[in-house]
Amino acid sequence: MSKFTKKKSGELPAISTASLPDIVFMLLFFFMVATTMRETTLMVQNSLPTADQVEKLDKKDLVMYIYAGKPSQRYQQKYGTEARIQLNDKFADVSEVQSFIYSERDSKREELIPYLTTALKVDKETNMGLVSDIKQELRKAEALKINYTTVQGDATTGNE
Amino acid sequence: MARRSSPEVNAGSMADIAFLLLIFFLVTTTIETDKGISRKLPPWQDEEQPDPPKIKQRNIFTVVLNSNNDLLVEDEEMELKDLRQAAFEFLDNGGGAGSEACSFCQGAGSVESSVNPQKAIISLQNNRGTEYGTYIAVQNELVAAYNMLRNREAKRLYGATFTELEAQYNDPKTGEGRKESLKEKIEAIKDMIPQKLSEAEPKG
Repeated sequence: MSKFTKKKSGELPAISTASLPDIVFMLLFFFMVATTMRETTLMVQNSLPTADQVEKLDKKDLVMYIYAGKPSQRYQQKYGTEARIQLNDKFADVSEVQSFIYSERDSKREELIPYLTTALKVDKETNMGLVSDIKQELRKAEALKINYTTVQGDATTGNE
Repeated sequence: MARRSSPEVNAGSMADIAFLLLIFFLVTTTIETDKGISRKLPPWQDEEQPDPPKIKQRNIFTVVLNSNNDLLVEDEEMELKDLRQAAFEFLDNGGGAGSEACSFCQGAGSVESSVNPQKAIISLQNNRGTEYGTYIAVQNELVAAYNMLRNREAKRLYGATFTELEAQYNDPKTGEGRKESLKEKIEAIKDMIPQKLSEAEPKG
């Protein structure tokens, strides 16, 4: 052990900043673990409605996401302002919902399929017509467990 | 041993690198908001179904939403903030007699309203032009009405509200034995007050 203690010299050492990286790394790891990367790029406006009677969706790998809303600003030139559905990374038609569900199911392990939930992330200004069309397609595809993703808050005042 | 005097590697810039990474992760990631109202859709039916069983008008609580996001409850206009209480009163009415009597209801027992929570059905119809936000708000209020009644009964029977029981049941820290008894209680409450929310296909 004398190898280490011998080093001491008479000079006053500078304040060590050697532990600063450790602190920063700790923060870094925290954020890396606590946050998840967005898998899809949002191409629609997506301000979710508020509700307070919510349940948590905890098993992320058992959730299929369907987005809907008006195309975002930079896609409006091309796709107009009519509300549209987004599946994975592209705009889709209502008729493509079924095949999307089937392909998502194929990618999951068989024993997990009954637990799959479809999360509908729909902009609050969307008309119900589009949402009901999606729901009809989900019924046809037998994806009956759905979850309307919302933001926590008071529903009576938050949705105006 | 010859390199005793060699200088230490300068670790000062390590912090900068780590900060850079930290900022990158802060910017690129979002904490996902995965909370919402869970619903179960009815299975798809291709062929013509036999006539549905007759349900007495008094046991149906109709909620209609039009394309201007106006609310019509039992043929009368209503503000969204009053919906929760109205639905609760309908469920809790307990106007039944004999075999249809409700043993725990505390409502007015009106002959116009539901006989008991098992029979009571809330029917929701919306227009294709209704805004999704309003629809969710209505759904939320109706679920809240059910939860209010379930909470009251759970509190009376088990000393904890229904939402607390469910939260405990879903908590991974709860032990297996405790989970079994919680599940039993939750099922009992759900049997007592089933969530019968029927959605008609939208018009217009």
